[in-house]
Amino acid sequence: MTERLDGPQVPPAEIAGGPSTGPAETPRKQRRLGPSPAVAIAFLLPAALLLGIWVVYPIVYSIFRSLFDSVGTGFVGLGNYATIFTDGGMLTTIRNNLIWVVVAPIVVTTLGLIFAVLTERIRWSTAFKLIVFMPMAVSLMAAGVIFRLVYEQSPDKGLANAVLTTVHDTFSSSQGYPEARPREGDQSPVADDGGAVVTKQPAQAGQPVMIPIVGVKQGLMPTDAQPAKAPAVGDGLSGVVWFDFTPGGGGTSGAVDGSEKGLPGMTVEAVQNGQVTATTTTAGDGSFQFEGLAAGSYVVRLPKSNFEAAYGGLSWLGPTLITPAIIGAFVWVWAGFAMVLIAAGLAAIPRDALEAARIDGATEWQVFRKITVPLLSPVLLVVFVTMIINTLKVFDLVFIIAPASVQPQANVIALEMWRVSFGGGNNQGLGSALSVFLLILVLPFMIMNIRRFKRGES
Amino acid sequence: MTSATATAPTGLETGAPRRGLASKIVDRIGGGAVQVIMILLGLFWLVPTLGLLVVSMRTTQVNNAEGWWTIFTKPAELTLQNYADLLASGFTASFWNTVAITVPTTILVIGIAAMAAYAFAWMEFPGRDLSFLVVVGLLIVPIQIALIPIASFYGGIGIFGSIPGVVLFHTAFGLPFAIFLLRNFFVGIPASLLEAARMDGAPEWRIFVSVVFPLGKPAIASLGIFQFLWVWNDMLIALVFANPENQPMTKALQSQMRQFGSNVDILSSGAFLSLIIPLVLFFAFQRYFVQGMMAGSVK
Repeated sequence: MTERLDGPQVPPAEIAGGPSTGPAETPRKQRRLGPSPAVAIAFLLPAALLLGIWVVYPIVYSIFRSLFDSVGTGFVGLGNYATIFTDGGMLTTIRNNLIWVVVAPIVVTTLGLIFAVLTERIRWSTAFKLIVFMPMAVSLMAAGVIFRLVYEQSPDKGLANAVLTTVHDTFSSSQGYPEARPREGDQSPVADDGGAVVTKQPAQAGQPVMIPIVGVKQGLMPTDAQPAKAPAVGDGLSGVVWFDFTPGGGGTSGAVDGSEKGLPGMTVEAVQNGQVTATTTTAGDGSFQFEGLAAGSYVVRLPKSNFEAAYGGLSWLGPTLITPAIIGAFVWVWAGFAMVLIAAGLAAIPRDALEAARIDGATEWQVFRKITVPLLSPVLLVVFVTMIINTLKVFDLVFIIAPASVQPQANVIALEMWRVSFGGGNNQGLGSALSVFLLILVLPFMIMNIRRFKRGES
Repeated sequence: MTSATATAPTGLETGAPRRGLASKIVDRIGGGAVQVIMILLGLFWLVPTLGLLVVSMRTTQVNNAEGWWTIFTKPAELTLQNYADLLASGFTASFWNTVAITVPTTILVIGIAAMAAYAFAWMEFPGRDLSFLVVVGLLIVPIQIALIPIASFYGGIGIFGSIPGVVLFHTAFGLPFAIFLLRNFFVGIPASLLEAARMDGAPEWRIFVSVVFPLGKPAIASLGIFQFLWVWNDMLIALVFANPENQPMTKALQSQMRQFGSNVDILSSGAFLSLIIPLVLFFAFQRYFVQGMMAGSVK
């Protein structure tokens, strides 16, 4: 349990898939006592059979099958491939995969690099690595359920929107009084100004600013609202914002009557020459006061944000944001993989090189940019390529996180392949074409792996 | 071993005049900021899973009314009812299906791959290098390519929907990685050990069982963990090849996803149950897990 997460410090060349061939190569060639090829074939037979029947034969079969129609009797040539590149839904699918391939590997690799560098600066790095790495052990199905919960629309249920609305409300303190408006008429001291409420006459210190508001919707009146009270005349610019409506009738328009309540949480701005010079928020009784404002006359304004509905967060699972939202879950799953690999590479960098540069007066950023990153580039490449392959094949997360109604907008090739062949489409010609397309997409990386392996061997 | 503590003394020893008190203070403050950022990031990675756990321990009504984080003020709302309901609903069958798929696959992959890896590492036969390159190439073949052909093949021989069908599919697609990983490890076994055994006239299967396999334990452990988690967590292969009575947990849960809101009790508790064993394995054997990941990262 106390084992370091990065385990043995494998140098980057070995992480890159180049096995330690050095010592074994020579004895293998000099050996005379080895068994006959027949014995070798016996050892290989089970693996060869399985790979032949379950992997190699299906590749050949799929290529042929992709040239036939849905039931497999009519030859359609490249027709299925033409469908992939002309059908509207398919094009969305390809576009989504493109977004995945461009965005996800960069984000994962960058985050992994940042985490790997930062973990070297904390004492609890093992705990941090364990936490970030943990999603690797969890099924994508479970990760999907986890993020369905995170992305719930209602800020009362979904964590993402709960955090967003909290942050939003902290900065804009919008209580939200939708459809509320200033009391209108010549006697009213305030008027509507493009959604905001402004005083008609410039206000000055020592003279309370009265801001009567009407049309506050029932049920939107905050529970902490207290009877409105005009503030005592003090030094600074002060006033009251209140709901100028007496329940049960009666009361004077434009004046604070006994039973009328203040509107708490209103943002109030003092404006001079078109510039906002001070901002404050109304208290429970609707009163507000600007502290330390220079003398002079101001227009008092309630900005438009006060009259917008309370912020409800983003619709993560809606058609627009669904792909970025799922990429977020993907990053959560894979960042630990990137971090651990890169941290191992980092640990293998000779410390003297970094020290020498620091002593020569290089800043930490220069050391990072000019020494650390170049020395890490083989590991970074491995992580990056692994992520490209993973994004090309992404299936589970999309299938689980995207609600059925937005799956067309979130679709990716691997999911579409399953849908057209098994998930109701029943078109195995098109399904085969999609799987061959997927194979063609990973082909360059297959060749790259083989090349890199050959280089490592020789 | 933070780099801050590592660099400061070195700087002093070499007598660099620039690293004075001021830069130490800057380091401290910078260090504090890093601590805060790392704590926030750690929470970011930890909290979603925590949320799943809390949701799984509250009733559907409570979950539909308020966020799971309100648990900190109302700890009395925690209940194991969802788990009791889940176990009563027959979810246990899918748990045992997952076990029945995962355990044989892991054993088969290790056994078959170790044999092949030994042949690739220590035996001479024509076409050895070329066929190993094929294995390297097969490392990243998308499983989608085999879904349709194998579905019709299984239909033909009558094992479509059965557990053996799922196991064989998993085994075949686990082999390239397994052979690659083990061959690279076996190659590093000292030749003298094998020479001695062969000199004594031991048959190859005996050398394999009593020399290669025991020496390969670290790599086999890594592979075992990886293969186990991979199969345990699979959804796609189960979706295509397991019929409802043989379905593992992932497929059983997936079928409940359409009514996410009303099934959140089953889904959250089921998802959490499905990840307990992987998490225990992960924490117990993380060293092997990481080693396996590094050795096989061309995948």
